[in-house]
Order: sequence, then C-alpha cells, then structure tokens
Amino acid sequence: MSREHALNDWYAVADANSLKRGLATTKLLGEDITVSGSFDAPVVETTDGKRLPTQVKFDHLWTTLGADPRPLFDIPEGDEDGRTRVPCGMVRVKCSPLRAVENFLDIAHFPFVHTDVLGAEPHTEVEPYKVEIRETDDEVWATKVKFFQPQAAKSAGGGITTDYVYRVPAPTTAVPPKHEAQDIITIFVQPRSETECDVWPWMALYDFETPYAELVQFQQLIFLQDRSILENQRPVRLPLDPKMEIPTRADLTSVAYRRWLKKRGALYGASEGPL
Amino acid sequence: MAAFTLYDYVLSGNCYKIRLFASLTGLAYDSVAVDFYPGFEHRSEEMLALSPAGTLPIIVAGEQVMAETNDMLVWMAEQSGKGADWYPVATPEDAANMQQALALSSRLTASVGLARLNAMLDWPVDGAAKRAEGLKDLRELRRLDGCKWLVGEGPTVADIACFPYAALSPDSGLDHDGFPSIREWLYQIRSLPGFITMPGIHALHELRG
Repeated sequence: MSREHALNDWYAVADANSLKRGLATTKLLGEDITVSGSFDAPVVETTDGKRLPTQVKFDHLWTTLGADPRPLFDIPEGDEDGRTRVPCGMVRVKCSPLRAVENFLDIAHFPFVHTDVLGAEPHTEVEPYKVEIRETDDEVWATKVKFFQPQAAKSAGGGITTDYVYRVPAPTTAVPPKHEAQDIITIFVQPRSETECDVWPWMALYDFETPYAELVQFQQLIFLQDRSILENQRPVRLPLDPKMEIPTRADLTSVAYRRWLKKRGALYGASEGPL
Repeated sequence: MAAFTLYDYVLSGNCYKIRLFASLTGLAYDSVAVDFYPGFEHRSEEMLALSPAGTLPIIVAGEQVMAETNDMLVWMAEQSGKGADWYPVATPEDAANMQQALALSSRLTASVGLARLNAMLDWPVDGAAKRAEGLKDLRELRRLDGCKWLVGEGPTVADIACFPYAALSPDSGLDHDGFPSIREWLYQIRSLPGFITMPGIHALHELRG
C-alpha cells in the first residue's frame, strides 16, 4: 500500500458521454469526489469542496489528488490525423487496478478467454519477445510480440499473426500501440480503492468503415470476457514478491511490470511480501 | 436467407437470448449494433419508434416488429418449425408452467439484470436492493429441484429465457454456490448442440482426445 505515490498520478475520471449525464459521485484512491461540467468547463471536487486540477486528454477528463503531480504521459500516435478515436465508456471491476493492467499485458490467456477472437487453440504458443524498462522515460516496453489471432480487430477479415508493442507509461495505464500506422488500444484505470477500479478503454484506430457502435462493442466484448476472470484472481492485491508465483517465459512483460512497480514504489493495489 | 434483423447489444443478456436461440434453432439473421452504452442510442428517436419502452433487443421481420424478448422467443420457436418442442403448451400444466417461467425471466431481467448493470456500468439504480430481489428470483428457480428442465422433459424457450441472467448473476456479486440445481441446469444448457457464449458465460471446455 503506497497511497502517497499514487496521489501524484493523473487519472481519467470521466468522458464526454458521462459528463452529459450530469453530476456524478465517484471514488479515487478511496476518496469520494464529484465530477461535473463539460470538457470546456470541468469541475472535479472533493466532498469538502476542494477544487481539484483537471485536464482533458485522449477524449477523457483527468484529475489528480496530489500536490505535486507527475506530468501526464503522451500518446503521440493518438493525435495523428485520420484516426478514428473511440472512447468506450467505463466498466467497473472489483479487482486491483494493477491486476487490470497486468491482464491487459498478457497474451497467453487469449486462446482461453477470448476464444476465436484474440486467440484460438491449438495456436497457444507465445513466441519469445523482448521486454525492457526504458530508463530515459521510465516506462515498461514489450516489443516483437507476435501472436496468431482469428479476429484481432473488428476490421480484420480473418486470422492473422499480429505484431504487438506494449507500453506502460504509468502504473495504471497500458497502451499496445503496435507499429506505426497500426491501431492503438489502451486502458486508463481509475483506482477507486486498492481492490476496485473503473476502467476506461480508449482506441485510436485506422478504421473508417466500421460503425462506431460496432467498434465499441468489439472492445466491450473483449474487456467483459476478462472481467469475471479479474474478479476471481487471488490474491486480490498484485503480489510483487517474486517467490509468490512461478512465471513462464510468456510472462516476461508481467515480470518487468511488477519489478518496475516495486522500483517506483507504486504499490497501491499491490502486496509486497509473502501473505 | 435472413429470417429477421436483430437490433443488438453485445453485453445485454436479453439480446444474448436471441443470439443463443437463433444458434440453437439454426435461424439466420442480420444484426445491427446499437450503442446502448456509452451512447444510450436505444433512447434515440429512431430506436424509440421501434421499441417505445426504450428496450433492447428489437426484432424486425418484414412488417412484424417485436420489442418483448419473450414474444421473440415464442415467434422464433414457431419459425424454426419445431414449435411443439421449443414451446410446448399442449397440456394445461405445461401451458401454465411456461407462463410462470417466462414471467420469472422478466423478473430476473429487472432484478439481476439491473444489479449487474449497476455493478458493471454504475447504472443509476439501488444496487443492493436489486441484488436482494435477484437473490429472491434465483431462489424461485429452485423449482428446478428434482427436474432437469423448467417445462416438460426437454429444453424449451422457458429455459432460454431464464438462462442468461441466472448465469450472469456472479457479474452482480450473486454467486451460484448455494444453488446446486441451478448449476446443474446451467451446465445442461451449456451442453446443448449449437450453444454459443457471451462475455461472462463461458463454453464448457472440450477435452481433446
């Protein structure tokens, strides 16, 4: 538990659609906050009326509880012209915010949880790939991730071997930007507590034909397949002690992510020692 | 040829009833994705013209427009050419049991269905109250104690209508631990030839020889 560290990150707490529905009470790092207004004039307040800083980025409203927040990361590809930007709304999951991100980074579960969409038996092998913690910008990157996918995206015509790049720019955000000119699919995780989160998926796609409703529902199909798995993972807090679990080679990204969290002291939603 | 057009939302248990039953009966259809969430497109004028209550799914088959899930299931049973199997109402007892189960399916939508939307999408309803109603409705499914199916000796639209929200109740925090007969019945439905999944309802894992 390190709420102190988590306080100084920015978190997505609303999108244009949710703001349209009027004032909402939500939770951030265990604290009740209210969110209202519009992207042009957003208002985020604590229950004792303290106004919190806001910024609009990636089609979401972001806020922070910290006095000295780290800058919000960039996703340069997201601003490129000619991408269809798809905010997907919010899904609440009773799991550690860190587990939501770690699941997003995992390829090996595709054939079993996203059967015939993101993976299929017997194509279950995760080929060796490369993971690094980039010191310059202090982010986790996994590259050269290749995996056979029956339907990698709504626009995919059939099975293809997909190249993924995964990027974790903040403890509660995962971005697989894939390559240049490839689709970006992210999740922005709003930690309500150490064991519950609101997840805001966001995509920036090269897809100009599929109707918006179908794009969102493809993403929701995938994410809701994960939800029941995430809610049943034990221990509930993400274990950072390397002795707690036995990873395989396919889990390299997860190993790097856990190591990186530990090094940063980003422990909100994690358990450090043996239980 | 497509028998109908389904206005569909991927996370809806009621829309899934139609997708599942179409797969079990081999009825072909076209579908239109409706942005129920986050866009609330089901409350748009165009959708309200088809479903004045603002509900999904909607079926359009030529002149016939249907916005009540149970009506659709009965209609599909007749369309499949196996109405007597899927909608057996020849005896007074079967007819009454059928109505009882279909009414229960609507209660499950209003209790478990809303509790699930609250837990998943922060739907503005009293989640605790809906969960309590859901528990009561799941208990009513104890009518399954000692029977394999809700009506008669085989699967019917009564089972299809009650299945999704019973199966999805863990999404709203209502697990199946205290309901062995429900678990058995869910397993049987998942074993039917042509069974398909939705998020939260998994396939039985095939053992490959």
